Amino acid sequence: MKQVVYVAWRYLAYHRWKTITLVGAITLIVYLPIGLRVLVDQSSRQLTARADATPLLIGAKGSPLELVLNTLYFGSDHPALTRYSEAMRVTESGLGTPIPMYVRFRARGHPIVGTTLDYFDFRGLEVAAGRNLAMLGECVLGSRAAEALGAGPGDNVVSSTESVFDIAGVYPLKMRVVGVLDFADSADDDAIFVDVKTAWVIQGLVHGHQDLNRPEAAAGVLGREGNRVIANASVVQYNEITEENLESFHFHGDLSDYPLTAVLAVPPDQKASALLQGRYQSDEDLAQIVTPVAVMEDLLGTILTVERFVVAGAVIVGLATLATAALVFLLSLRLRRRERLTLFKIGGSRLAVASVMASEVVVVLASGALLAAGLTLLTSRFGSLAIRALLRT
Amino acid sequence: MNPVVSIEALEFRYREGDFRLGIPELAIERDTTTAFIGPSGSGKTTLLNLIAGITLPQSGRVVTEGVEVTSLSDSERRDFRIARVGLVFQEFELLEYLSVLDNILLPYRINASLRLGREVRGRAGDLAERVDIADKLDRYPGKLSQGERQRAAVCRAVLTEPSLLLADEPTGNLDPVNKWRVLDILFDYAERTDTTLVAVTHDQEILDRFQRVVDFSQFHEYGERSGAGP
Repeated sequence: MKQVVYVAWRYLAYHRWKTITLVGAITLIVYLPIGLRVLVDQSSRQLTARADATPLLIGAKGSPLELVLNTLYFGSDHPALTRYSEAMRVTESGLGTPIPMYVRFRARGHPIVGTTLDYFDFRGLEVAAGRNLAMLGECVLGSRAAEALGAGPGDNVVSSTESVFDIAGVYPLKMRVVGVLDFADSADDDAIFVDVKTAWVIQGLVHGHQDLNRPEAAAGVLGREGNRVIANASVVQYNEITEENLESFHFHGDLSDYPLTAVLAVPPDQKASALLQGRYQSDEDLAQIVTPVAVMEDLLGTILTVERFVVAGAVIVGLATLATAALVFLLSLRLRRRERLTLFKIGGSRLAVASVMASEVVVVLASGALLAAGLTLLTSRFGSLAIRALLRT
Repeated sequence: MNPVVSIEALEFRYREGDFRLGIPELAIERDTTTAFIGPSGSGKTTLLNLIAGITLPQSGRVVTEGVEVTSLSDSERRDFRIARVGLVFQEFELLEYLSVLDNILLPYRINASLRLGREVRGRAGDLAERVDIADKLDRYPGKLSQGERQRAAVCRAVLTEPSLLLADEPTGNLDPVNKWRVLDILFDYAERTDTTLVAVTHDQEILDRFQRVVDFSQFHEYGERSGAGP
């Protein structure tokens, strides 16, 4: 049999492009529906798991899906902004613990998640190296973000501007990395966590600058009206928060008006959850409250419908490709009629001649199936990463 | 001495067409060289196929190398052929996807009754050396000249050391230089190894080389020929 396999192998190697094309076609026929099924199963599991672990989200009225995707998976499209007063409202209601979320800015493609230390407890995130957030301007990196940025405790990460044309808007803030989180196999691994106030610093709502009462800032002062000092652009604004300049950082305006993308509400029990949801039923209310798992189930329903169409399409294309491959095999057998005759004439055994002829079909089908199995395995191994990357964009 | 091929009361016809071949008696002596001549379509190739057990007659006996091939099963005839009969074709019939060496070794790869070992590989190398294609063993047949291809085909036919060599128009596709060269190789091999050589040809120029020439027209019976057949 070894000798027959060798002859078969030589045939396939000699006609390598034909073989590669056929193997590729068979691989796709097998892989597309199975791989898609695996991917959908994984995404369903993943999306549901994180949504399941997140009881309630409060945000500005608008797309619930955008709110959920941004808060749970740190998607780049942020929802309409709500205000910090919504977090205060939850506290005042006594129906749950609010965790403010401000997921708007990025650093080299990684989401900067402005939140509080409650978030780490809520998600069960542990610091693997360094320490947790303690001071304004500090950040803690998710494990994959740390790896991708090549940063660890003691290094710095600079936030990106929202747009190159936003000259008067968000300036980059240099943040000091104080810790790296343990691998959590979730969207948290790709995030850069900062205190929500640091996120406001990035936006410029909280800022620090040279003390205008000091002599070295005198050149920048244009005039004084009581407590109000008018200064020109030569006054130094800090783009990094250090122990030395920390005191100079201050809020402008009312804290309750400060923006958030969402408030993650953690009610102590089902009753509190129901009561809290009841508080947001008014049409006049500018905020909405959503149950992430319900939103994700809606999304999954859509995904499953799309999957059914895609699989149906793949099956039809697959059948057409299979028919074409069968035609190629048949034509190949006809073209090899003379070769078959020669092998018979010189005394090739019936099994050997049949095996040499069938090798093309067997090897192509087996290789295609094997490759498809490999791809499916890769999909099941790395599919979750792809899903997460898709959700982030 | 027993003849290497003995045919008695042979009747053969194809399923389609009116071609008929009838051989009342024919014997080919061992260690001889015999040429069958005759016009195209007269059944020369059919005779070789009958001797080798590739085709079976409707009636009569064919005894080759002391074995009555007409009584063997298909599988037995294949095993018999690969071990005892060497075949050389007019169109060489090398496999395009195998290198020259793999083409020569082919009989050992397509029938489990033969074992491919180091000794066989060595013999293949020696044969290639003897016919001047040793430096082309890695090439594919498509990269060889016509003469080189037929020399490779001869090597394949004799690698199993058959006692009977059947050549079907072995020089039919060759230029004069290669024609004589291939003939030299065949005759030299037959003489050196005491192999019986049977060839069919319609090339009158080469008949002098054979010990015996048989005019084939005495055997075949024409009905109303349809053109189908050998």
